[in-house]
Amino acid sequence: MKYINRTGALSRVAGRTGLKGFDGAPHLILFIITLISATVLVTVAAFLILGSLQAFRVIGIVEMLGGTVWNPTSFNNPAFGMLPLMAGTFLVSFLAAVIAIPIGLGCTIYLAEIAHPKVRAVLKPAIELLAGIPSVVYGLFALLILQGWVAQVFGLQTGYVALNGGIILAVMMIPIMVSLAEDAIAAVPRELREASYALGATRWETMRSVILPASMSGIVAAIILSIMRAVGETMAVLMAFNQTPLLTLDPFSGVQTMTATIAIEMGEAAVGGLHYSSLFAVGVVLFIITLVMNTVANRIMLRYSEAYR
Amino acid sequence: MSSIEVKHLNVWFDDKQALRDVNMTIPNKGITAIIGPSGCGKSTFIRSINRMNDIIPSCRVEGQILVEGKDLYGPDVDVTEVRKRIGMVFQRPNPFPKSIYENIAYAPRIHGTKDKRKLSAIVEHSLRRAALWDEVKDRLDKSAYDLSGGQQQRLCIARALAIDPEIILFDEPCSALDPIATAKIEDLLSDLKDEYTVVIVTHNMQQAARVADQTAYFYLGELIEFGDTTQLFERPENELTERYITGRMG
Repeated sequence: MKYINRTGALSRVAGRTGLKGFDGAPHLILFIITLISATVLVTVAAFLILGSLQAFRVIGIVEMLGGTVWNPTSFNNPAFGMLPLMAGTFLVSFLAAVIAIPIGLGCTIYLAEIAHPKVRAVLKPAIELLAGIPSVVYGLFALLILQGWVAQVFGLQTGYVALNGGIILAVMMIPIMVSLAEDAIAAVPRELREASYALGATRWETMRSVILPASMSGIVAAIILSIMRAVGETMAVLMAFNQTPLLTLDPFSGVQTMTATIAIEMGEAAVGGLHYSSLFAVGVVLFIITLVMNTVANRIMLRYSEAYR
Repeated sequence: MSSIEVKHLNVWFDDKQALRDVNMTIPNKGITAIIGPSGCGKSTFIRSINRMNDIIPSCRVEGQILVEGKDLYGPDVDVTEVRKRIGMVFQRPNPFPKSIYENIAYAPRIHGTKDKRKLSAIVEHSLRRAALWDEVKDRLDKSAYDLSGGQQQRLCIARALAIDPEIILFDEPCSALDPIATAKIEDLLSDLKDEYTVVIVTHNMQQAARVADQTAYFYLGELIEFGDTTQLFERPENELTERYITGRMG
């Protein structure tokens, strides 16, 4: 049985059965509440776009997206190239993903298939709890402790480099990834496991050839959503390394991410000025990136709900 | 000789005893049906034969099950080897979310058959054996979920046949199927019994009477009566059996 989309199916059922209690006032109230949430999204997008118009008009979209220098406060020669910021966000998120994906997946497989139910009952909520810790706490750890380790291990003068941010972001990504991916694996019907075991497959063979393929789209969605967390993270990144808008992919250099740029520079930019508007433009690009990633993740998740009936 | 000798089999889930001192010898070849009311331990019993209960952490098994004189619960027994020799078909059709071909090729592949031509031959042979080949031969690469429930169940039988077991266990294989699909499975069972030792759990007494050579009646975790199907249904020796088959209980 294939669903085109779940809400669509649900509303058809509601239409058929009439769901009497939801007619009239309750229906209207719920509709308005839903409308408000949707309006917020549109308003935020409109707010960002309107604010950025000036920058895109004066500087030009090509220069903004393709420019290699970000130096908006220069008196003589202000530059508004977003490329260093995008590279910064990319570098830090990439490092975080490279560290987090193997650890997160290993953790997931252990929890889902290997751990004794009693161990899982303790560990899984504990890991999910980590997702709830405020990012400033992680940032503090990166600032005070982790950077020292990074400096020592890699022989650097200071550990305030992109890698430090990547590591702390990985730590923040893992709980989200593990929680979502474990759900995807747990959703694989018991019957499929039993079918595989009954054919003389080992646990590992069952994991690799039946359970992982069946839950792959859910796992990929978990990875994308956790990377989104890294892309959108601001505070921990701000505290983890020196914000310097260099166009580099060197993990031992300071970089400047898009989120951090908005957070740092918004306070010092003159309201209504070009710098102010260009920060909105950064916001627009960030908004588009997360929107695309979210859509991709949702598409994949939808496919995964069809993988087995 | 793949007879199954069950000796003093006791099974517990936590401290709840599901099987009590079961002793029986299931003969080589032919069909043996296990009947009894819900919760009588018939599924637990059949699942102890291929050690499927092992995957439930709270389960504890005592006693012996001997196949060819070798105890399946012995100290140096490889569980995967046991399950390779004793196939199983479940209550609800449970094909993998893969193509028809891959569903069958899965088990031979994990047991070491890598050659493509050999695999194709196994797939064809197994599907023919499960009377499914003619219906699916043109769409082996299509998802197994495109098949009807009855076809899926025959696919699962073909999948079990693909590793060439000696014994095949059926755990209420028709409970999710319509009468026509059920009839096809029953035909298939009669077809398989010359080659394999078949053990089938069923809650449908007519089905046991139709297909089985021997029938065992379980009640509250105990084996009450085991004998020739005709004899058990026409002249049951135990009063509990008689009450069950005449519909006064269960």
